[in-house]
Amino acid sequence: MLEASHLECVRGNRTIFRDLSFAVRPGDCFRLTGPNGSGKTSLLRMLCGLLSPTHGTIRWHGAGIETLGEEYFSSIAYIGHRPGIKDEFTAMENLQVSIGMRGIEISRKAAASALERMGLGGRLHVPARFLSEGERRRAAIARLAVNHSMLWLLDEVLTSLDRLAVDMIQQLIEDHLAVGGMAIVATHQELNLSSGRSPGIELAA
Amino acid sequence: MSNWYRYASPVNLYPLASRMIPWFAIPAAILLAVGLYVGLFVAPTDFQQGDVYRVLFIHVPAAWMGMMLYVLMALYAAIGWAWNARASSMMASSLSVTGALFTFLSLITGGLWGKPTWGTWWVWDARTTSTLILLFLYVGFISLQSAIDDRRRADRAGAVLALVGMINVPIIYFSVQWWNTLHQGATIRIASATTTMAAPMLAAWMIMLAACWFYSVAVVLGRLCCIISDREHVEVVR
Amino acid sequence: MKAASHLVMFRWLLRRELILAWRRKSDVMSMLAFFVIIASLFPLGVDPDSRLLRNIAPGVVWFSALLASMLGLGSLFSSDYTDGTLEQMWISPQPRILIVAGKILVQCLSTGIPLVLISPLLALQFGLSLSEMRLLAVSLLTGIPVLHLIGSIGSALTIGVRGGGLVVALIVLPLCVPVLVFGAGRNVPLVGAVLALTLVFAPWAAASALGIVVED
Repeated sequence: MLEASHLECVRGNRTIFRDLSFAVRPGDCFRLTGPNGSGKTSLLRMLCGLLSPTHGTIRWHGAGIETLGEEYFSSIAYIGHRPGIKDEFTAMENLQVSIGMRGIEISRKAAASALERMGLGGRLHVPARFLSEGERRRAAIARLAVNHSMLWLLDEVLTSLDRLAVDMIQQLIEDHLAVGGMAIVATHQELNLSSGRSPGIELAA
Repeated sequence: MSNWYRYASPVNLYPLASRMIPWFAIPAAILLAVGLYVGLFVAPTDFQQGDVYRVLFIHVPAAWMGMMLYVLMALYAAIGWAWNARASSMMASSLSVTGALFTFLSLITGGLWGKPTWGTWWVWDARTTSTLILLFLYVGFISLQSAIDDRRRADRAGAVLALVGMINVPIIYFSVQWWNTLHQGATIRIASATTTMAAPMLAAWMIMLAACWFYSVAVVLGRLCCIISDREHVEVVR
Repeated sequence: MKAASHLVMFRWLLRRELILAWRRKSDVMSMLAFFVIIASLFPLGVDPDSRLLRNIAPGVVWFSALLASMLGLGSLFSSDYTDGTLEQMWISPQPRILIVAGKILVQCLSTGIPLVLISPLLALQFGLSLSEMRLLAVSLLTGIPVLHLIGSIGSALTIGVRGGGLVVALIVLPLCVPVLVFGAGRNVPLVGAVLALTLVFAPWAAASALGIVVED
């Protein structure tokens, strides 16, 4: 369970948001909405530990994430604007490497099935530079299927994806919530989730 | 004591810094005048080197300032990084330019002294070469900070570089000394003319060093004010 | 338990870096070509007198190795930063310093070893004897890792910065003076001492520098 209290973000001379508090519980898909520049990305990066809040705390199961360090990192999965896909690697290699870099070995079969689930079955061994942007995004999201992280932090993952891809991702998130996982999703689009609660927060400009 | 924390904010530091400048600039000018007078007219002509040695009254203090300001710069930068204190980082950036100029001045005056004394403008001895590398370290710091657009990132990157440089300086000096002794051709030991120093000579050095310090403080604070007004959009109050 | 996952990570990191180096081998090739060209051009700029060349050979080869390495050093982290993989590594449950050390190691292996292997050819051009060649190669073998370690700090500080390679060189070259002096002087124990010291400090400094860029 993730608790954020009185978070404040100051970038340069601008206060992006202040006094933000919320909690995310197992089974929640927490939506972040708001116009561009309202701080959705900054907030997600704070929750990843990539940005320090100028004020406030973030707690994971009661302990601050700075003190937890690696323990917290093993519980989260983040997909940001830069999806973390290397052009020189195939979709398959990208997936295996990114999971392997977290210290987990997965079988080729498991990796292949995760990619197939994201509709990349026929493109497993194509170098990522030849994949479309949507396909690369899906290759990145395939990480979530094998990662076994409790908390997913997703920044605008649905942007410029077709209906089919959006459905795949929604299904993935639903399955994740059903087993007690959590997701914090920054998105402009509507998420139609049949299961799980959908609390949210709207950030002002 | 807790009042001093006010000045960690650049906006609060600005008026204090600008008020302090004349308190250092005027003594600097006076000390410089006195020091030059003592150095040029009062101190006796050296037995071996004639009047040329008088260049050392600028050369030696300049070299010392170059070294001391680097350490100060690294310390301010480190504090600015560790405690996220912008004002401290700005001091480091301000110090860098003055330190580089002093180092450059010491190299130039070293040449002015070397030519009449040893016949060459430049000598590859341990101290001169190390001073040259110190100048390059300053140049690296300044160019790194100017290449990075994000000011806070530039502050922190400069801190890392300055600290790495500071740790490296003893190693660099040792390696240059070793290199110098290896190639016996250039073993011109620049012995400082301090073995039997007449009192006026010592006085001149001390006064010039003090002048350099006062000058540095005045100039660094002045540049600091420019940096603060640039980064924090402080109105310049006349 | 944790150590096992560190090992898995390190194995995957090495694989990743080696495959990437292989798929970008043209970069390594151009760096090696640059090394050979600048070292070979030196005699053209000075007197091709064989005695002079023998004297300046270690210095020239070392200096050329230094410059050629500068070419490759700047991009150690930049591509990972641009495509987001650096960020992912940063928030993984694995020690960051291990990741940094692994990247430096592979870069050193993929670009440094070829340099050392080519150096005897250059030594031949300068008329060095076999034993002199061997000594030079050993000094390069011990010293090039130092260049990469120091270079990684410069590389981490200048990710995404204007003027890229030039700024890295300005930062890194003064810091490489000790290894250049000891290496060209073929004093392998002293180079080894600098290597030991740099091994301790540089990965930590590079990781701190990376933190400044990634945690923004």
